[in-house]
Amino acid sequence: MGKRWSNRIALGVLWACGLITVAALGAVIVYVFVRGIGQITPEFIFTKPHGVNAEGGIGPTIWATLYVTGLSMVIVTPIAVLAAVYLAEYAVQGRLVNAIRFAADTLASVPSIVMGLFGFAFFVEAMGFKFSVLSGALALSFLMLPIVMRATEEAIRAVPKYIRWGSYGLGASKWQTVSRIVLPAALPRILTGIILAMGRAVGETAVVIFTMGQAIYLPLSPLDPGRSMTVHLYTLAMEGINMDAAYGTALLLMVMVLFFNLSARWLAARNRRLR
Amino acid sequence: MTSVPAVATAHEALTGNPRFSVRGLEFYYGDFHALTGITIDVRENSVTAFIGPSGCGKSTFLRCLNRMNDLIPGTRVEGKITLDGADIYGPGVDPVDLRRRVGMIFQQPNPFPMSIYDNVAFGPRLHGVSKKSELDEIVENALVRANLWKEVKDIMGRGGLTLSGGQQQRLCIARVLAVQPDVLLMDEPCSAIDPTSVQKVEDLMAELKSSVTIIIVTHNMQQAARVSDETAFFLQERQGEAAELIEFGRTAEIFTSPRDRRTEDYITGRFG
Ligand SMILES: Nc1ncnc2c1ncn2[C@@H]1O[C@H](COP(=O)(O)OP(=O)(O)O)[C@@H](O)[C@H]1O
Ligand SMILES: [Mg+2]
Repeated sequence: MGKRWSNRIALGVLWACGLITVAALGAVIVYVFVRGIGQITPEFIFTKPHGVNAEGGIGPTIWATLYVTGLSMVIVTPIAVLAAVYLAEYAVQGRLVNAIRFAADTLASVPSIVMGLFGFAFFVEAMGFKFSVLSGALALSFLMLPIVMRATEEAIRAVPKYIRWGSYGLGASKWQTVSRIVLPAALPRILTGIILAMGRAVGETAVVIFTMGQAIYLPLSPLDPGRSMTVHLYTLAMEGINMDAAYGTALLLMVMVLFFNLSARWLAARNRRLR
Repeated sequence: MTSVPAVATAHEALTGNPRFSVRGLEFYYGDFHALTGITIDVRENSVTAFIGPSGCGKSTFLRCLNRMNDLIPGTRVEGKITLDGADIYGPGVDPVDLRRRVGMIFQQPNPFPMSIYDNVAFGPRLHGVSKKSELDEIVENALVRANLWKEVKDIMGRGGLTLSGGQQQRLCIARVLAVQPDVLLMDEPCSAIDPTSVQKVEDLMAELKSSVTIIIVTHNMQQAARVSDETAFFLQERQGEAAELIEFGRTAEIFTSPRDRRTEDYITGRFG
């Protein structure tokens, strides 16, 4: 077999593998879209489920999902950003800092069902928050924390040194330089990290089933329980109650996650252009 | 200023008191001994040029004067530097206050990612000015002194990074002038900008020197000759050795009749 042929075959294999990746994504999207699109009506989005077969809509689960995601973002952002500022700007680089970084990376790789179990034991039971949006948000924040922290740390490190010098050269203190120059300059990339983490939280099932419960309820107070879209989808499908509603929920869920990911990409791209 | 020991490379005194007096300065980056035995007086109301081949420690020395080297871990200073008679490395001296008095311009223009106005107002705001009318006045004044006002007065809200390189450099100069420094350290301020802006920077230096002491590092001999009153020549004789101040004197004398052979070689382009 000549060089030309082996080259062609290699190229063909690479091309096929690329195609499989795209096809896998395409298949999921198309399948969920076709099965779910018929369900998507204003009634489905805004009203409560009712009846034995969960007819009607999924409104409270959408709300509960957005609520718990938003709340965990509010909890995570200040902690993650300040931790990252400490790591990137203040801490003496060495063992301790590497240990913190390693801890964050390991936290990010804990299976989410384990995180859910921990959230149940710690927030639901020990802290006494019961099944609630608060318990869910706290448990989810364990998941989001490392993502936002590492994104922020990298964003801070990417701010050019000479911009900091400009600030120090004007008699700015370290904190003034960090808060007025470095963080604003790093903001787009920090936001990208936050949005990605939110997308992750929206799609999370195991953590919220253990901490927010399964009751279909429109939570208003953070101490109210609620059922997320993912948990709703799981229940509908596993118990075979209403497959149409399950696909409708799946489609909305995908649209939401896609929205978060595309926003993050858009922000990142816009930021690159501005540089 | 009568008690200071004689400057090693004595020369005819110019009018004006020494603003910076440096005596026996040694500087280390960790184990690397970068500067040795630097003794020099920088006079007020004058422009002093630092020249010498790349890597001979001009930037390092400049950063000793506003303690910017403090930001680099592992650096060490010995010897004495006084600013208007006060030891800048003395106990109780806050480098943050020192840097407000001793402003710095870098080779690469470094505007902040914010509007032209906010760039210039950054320093005054930092130091407590918040009244709009007062800020407006400071900003305009600084931009006028930096020779940039005419070009930007109608676009103050635009991002500083949208300006041309030369305009950005003058914006950085305005930003420093807005905090009323006594000294301006300029580290090759013209090597990355267009000729029109170079001209404007040289013009503004001539206008500024009556109120601000200027030290400029430059690789351009013509520029040193044009803008400076005194010139200091630094040289690292061998790779890995500490650099020294070889000769310091009036610019006219350094360029027409240098006393040291090595100065002459450098100026006539034999090395560097
Ligand atoms: N941050 C640093 N750490 C270690 N060595 C440095 C650092 N900055 C400069 N140096 C070294 O100090 C010497 C003087 O450098 P520099 O002051 O930049 O010279 P110049 O400005 O005259 O070109 C060079 O040998 C350079 O490699
Ligand atoms: Mg230099």
